[in-house]
Amino acid sequence: MTSDFAALPIFLPLLAAPICVILSRFGKTAWVISMMVTWAVAAMCLFSFAEVYASGEPLKYHMGGWAPPIGIELHIDLLAASMLVLVSSIAAITMPYFFRSVNDEIAREQQPFFYAAFLMCLAGLLGIISTHDAFNLYVFLEISSLASYMLIAMGRDRRALAAAFQYLMLGTIGATMILIGIGFLYLTTGTLNMSDIATRIDVLAPNRAIIAAFAFFAIGLVMKVALFPLHVWLPNAYAYAPSAVSPFLAAVGTKVALYAVLRITYSVFGHEFSFGGMHLSLIFTALAVPAILIGSVVAIFETNLKRMLAFSSVAQVGYITLGIGLASQTGLSASLLQIFNHAMTKSALFLALGAMTLRLGSNVTVHNIRGLGKRMPLTAFAFVLAGLGLIGMPFTGGFVSKWYLMKATLDGGWWLLTILIAISSIFAVIYIWRVVEAMYFGRLSAQSETIREAPPSMLVPIWLLTFCVILLGFFGNEAVEISQRIADQLMPSPSLPDPFSFDPPILNGEMP
Amino acid sequence: MELMTHYPYWMAIVLMMTGFYTVMATSNLVKKLIGLSMFQTSVMLFYVSASKVKFGVAPVMTEGATVYSNPLPHVLMLTAIVVGLATLAVGLAIVVRIRGAYGTVEEDEIIALDRDQSSGGRNDE
Amino acid sequence: MILSDGYSANAVLLFMAVALPFIGGVLLPFFHRHAELRDAISITVSLALCVLVSQLVDVYVDGGRPKLALWELFPGFSLVLSLRPLGVLFAATAAFLWVATTFYAIGYMRKNKEKGQTRFFTCFALSIAMTMGIALSDNLFTLFIFYEMLTLLTYPLVVHHGDKSAMHGARKYLLTLLGTSLGLLLPAILVVQHVTGTLDFARGGILSDTLTPVQTGLLLAMFAFGIGKAALMPVHRWLPAAMVAPTPVSALLHAVAVVKAGVFSIGMVIIYIFGYDMLRIQTEQDWMAGTWLKYAAAFTIIVASLTALRLDNLKQRLAYSTVSQLSYVILGAALLAPLSIAGAMLHIVAHAFGKITLFFAAGAIYTASKKKFVSELDGIGKAMPWTMLAFTIGALSIIGIPPAIGFISKWYILLGAMHAKDYVVLAVIIASSLLNAAYLLPIIHRAFFREPKEAIIHGEAPKPMVVAMMVTAGMTILLFFFARDILSIAAESLSAWEPLHLP
Repeated sequence: MTSDFAALPIFLPLLAAPICVILSRFGKTAWVISMMVTWAVAAMCLFSFAEVYASGEPLKYHMGGWAPPIGIELHIDLLAASMLVLVSSIAAITMPYFFRSVNDEIAREQQPFFYAAFLMCLAGLLGIISTHDAFNLYVFLEISSLASYMLIAMGRDRRALAAAFQYLMLGTIGATMILIGIGFLYLTTGTLNMSDIATRIDVLAPNRAIIAAFAFFAIGLVMKVALFPLHVWLPNAYAYAPSAVSPFLAAVGTKVALYAVLRITYSVFGHEFSFGGMHLSLIFTALAVPAILIGSVVAIFETNLKRMLAFSSVAQVGYITLGIGLASQTGLSASLLQIFNHAMTKSALFLALGAMTLRLGSNVTVHNIRGLGKRMPLTAFAFVLAGLGLIGMPFTGGFVSKWYLMKATLDGGWWLLTILIAISSIFAVIYIWRVVEAMYFGRLSAQSETIREAPPSMLVPIWLLTFCVILLGFFGNEAVEISQRIADQLMPSPSLPDPFSFDPPILNGEMP
Repeated sequence: MELMTHYPYWMAIVLMMTGFYTVMATSNLVKKLIGLSMFQTSVMLFYVSASKVKFGVAPVMTEGATVYSNPLPHVLMLTAIVVGLATLAVGLAIVVRIRGAYGTVEEDEIIALDRDQSSGGRNDE
Repeated sequence: MILSDGYSANAVLLFMAVALPFIGGVLLPFFHRHAELRDAISITVSLALCVLVSQLVDVYVDGGRPKLALWELFPGFSLVLSLRPLGVLFAATAAFLWVATTFYAIGYMRKNKEKGQTRFFTCFALSIAMTMGIALSDNLFTLFIFYEMLTLLTYPLVVHHGDKSAMHGARKYLLTLLGTSLGLLLPAILVVQHVTGTLDFARGGILSDTLTPVQTGLLLAMFAFGIGKAALMPVHRWLPAAMVAPTPVSALLHAVAVVKAGVFSIGMVIIYIFGYDMLRIQTEQDWMAGTWLKYAAAFTIIVASLTALRLDNLKQRLAYSTVSQLSYVILGAALLAPLSIAGAMLHIVAHAFGKITLFFAAGAIYTASKKKFVSELDGIGKAMPWTMLAFTIGALSIIGIPPAIGFISKWYILLGAMHAKDYVVLAVIIASSLLNAAYLLPIIHRAFFREPKEAIIHGEAPKPMVVAMMVTAGMTILLFFFARDILSIAAESLSAWEPLHLP
């Protein structure tokens, strides 16, 4: 059904961004505007989700009234609707947190620009999720990426600048690869609308240009998703970004890129082409395994805690791509569960660290959080609970997603992968518990004696997100049902016959 | 034969690889950005050259013309040019700030300064 | 929640068995400032649980089999509680001993002026709630969930003192237990679900013919080592490491909750998931299916006893004694004979009462005299007669001398070994009983028959501790006469059962 609602979540922040800059000379006005906008957007996305979930029909919007396949279309199906809810609600929940955190870390004169950049990033991310036009995907991707380069560069530490520059380099190369892929697709199919491309690819399949397009897309998306080995930009970017930005980017940035992966592989190229013909299963699984191992092991040895969580994110992205790479419905729904769960867990963890950064006045390391468990009990305990969600203890969302992921690997016959996931949980225990021990059993240093608990504007978002993690642990039923419905929509058949073979691609019965 | 008729694509590839090589090989941040720009420009060249239709005229309504070149890639590339411009602007702004914070725009010197800082200098990492 | 089985009152009893200690634990922090009130609530809740569980035992003996589906965590996997023979025994033991431990702990914490008492009693109550959940679980999923929560909730108890050694000990505790459960147990459970499609416990096991003997052996290994709380070597290191905790915690860990949860889980898995008949058939085909478990348990028994001999720290000695005694249960189950399995189940109860008495005594000695080492205990029997009397009775049970109940459980395991003509196991059991005597009797001898090195100026331990000790010691003797009843409850889970007549 056509609905004007679909476009508002994108355009409201986009319009509000310059208003932030124009109208405000003080950070506070910009924050108020951002808060109203993000809450409005979250409410709209929740409505959209309710509608799509209840009716089973996607929401559509034709930009400028031009009907597809000529015009640009916004198409919100169940997957897009749930991602919209995820992104917008995390933005809305963390908005109150921004007040103190941004005030503390970013110069007064720059704050309006900060909020403007944040709103543009939000608009870009929501646009990536909503759009159904290939080139539009690139445009929104670049909008959100540029905005995130700016956000990261505003970090207090000067290494944030180097990190932002490196991210810019790598991110632009990745996006340009995607652009090349889009170009090949357009040149062979003659259209830019995703469903239209999909129909035409089905007919044209063994065309070498389409195979090349897929390859370019794969590289560009792997770069954006920060899958090993193209993950190098992630640790520094998350570690040195402002404390308000890391939760948002870590929770949401890579997840939206993963959404783009799902969209491209399932909706545009189709799962037989991607996993059967192009051996994406092999590639994803082969890259996911080192991602999981390296991410977890390096996290154990990191002293800068934000960097530790960033490497942990690399591992978590590995889990999700592993689930996708299994090319089965169970694997896909496991990945979706992991996407939801990881977004909430990581943002809660980063928010807690940000609160500690605020109180400590410098980067949190394993050494300077000693004894904080006594001075900041609520923040510390939220960290513990969210950490348990990361490990995958029962009654947290992490348990549900790990269970389904292990089940998916067993169903596919990959019991080695099951053992791998189990072992990496142990690594997660080690690096999370290191922090817990430091917080509760370390001795307070002299300057930490006077630290107070985090302000309520920070505590509420932290605890809200932690509560969501626990909630997911108890109400797994609903989450599983939604992810299974999405998996069913994306991939009608339960699994592919042999996605892990080494045969060259044979598509539509012909060699390319 | 292929070389001659497809020479725009070969040029695009040459430009792309030159840009890519510049990004990787040089240590000056500004030169990296220039390489990046070249990389993006090559893609624009690729799209535009692909839009030319055999015997087609420029996509402007003209008397007596029956075959027009495809205008859509041109339009897409307008957007891409803007994106490239914005990326260059943001990149250069970051480089200006880096110059202010580090005193240099050479990448190896920046890495060395960072290493000194984390091993010897300040308390936070 | 769904109340099934028609007897809704019984199902509510099931729910209350888990909910009561949980609610008690949640309420306790509110009474942080009123120590008297807080301790009174602890005692009341523990007594109430004891009454509740005895009601449940009555229901069971009368033939009621209530079942309660608590909550569906995700599609197809629910938390379900029910009464099973082994679960009834375990729950009754745990509930009764919690009362004794609460009295003991109040005396201990006050006399030693321990800090953080509210946190202590809160985590205690919550851990008991989880133990009840494990005991009353109806499927493997429920067991696993409560098992993990037990690890988490006992961590603050182990790390109670908050100093460096406590932190290191607790770290070893947590990493070993979480490592084994996340790394081995969870995959094993998933494999079972993958192969059979269900996780419900069923008489005769659910795996039946689905696995080859080698695969069965591998899966059994994953369970045996994945259930780290059963302390089968080499995943036993957490037990001595956890001795950094205050003694009431060690009593809880070593008698009531954690270790018994471990061997209980192994027992449930062997009886209800694998099915010991199926295991026996597969073991006859290929030794890799189940025979290795016998030898792993036998190895643990002997090596742990030998280690206990060498240790001077009393609590460490008792810790290794526990490791060895736990493997008795595993050995009994691994012999795959009804007699020995019954003996193993009885041993869970017997060892609980015996070991808790020993730990109570160790804590009493520490409280009264601050002595921790066996070599310091010369002549202490004169100053602390009641403590050492309790110690002696507990030791009798561990060694296996009548009229302590430990004798009967060992006897049945021996009989099972004889029936199976397994002479190696027979030799191991006899040898280890001698070793038990070797590391326990000298302590008693020192206490009563040697002169103290320095003058002893302290007296007996505080009254609550002595009372608790004497009660558990008394139960050790009393249960001897009720062994047949216990065995008949346990035997419900076995297919071929003929009770032996005791001389």
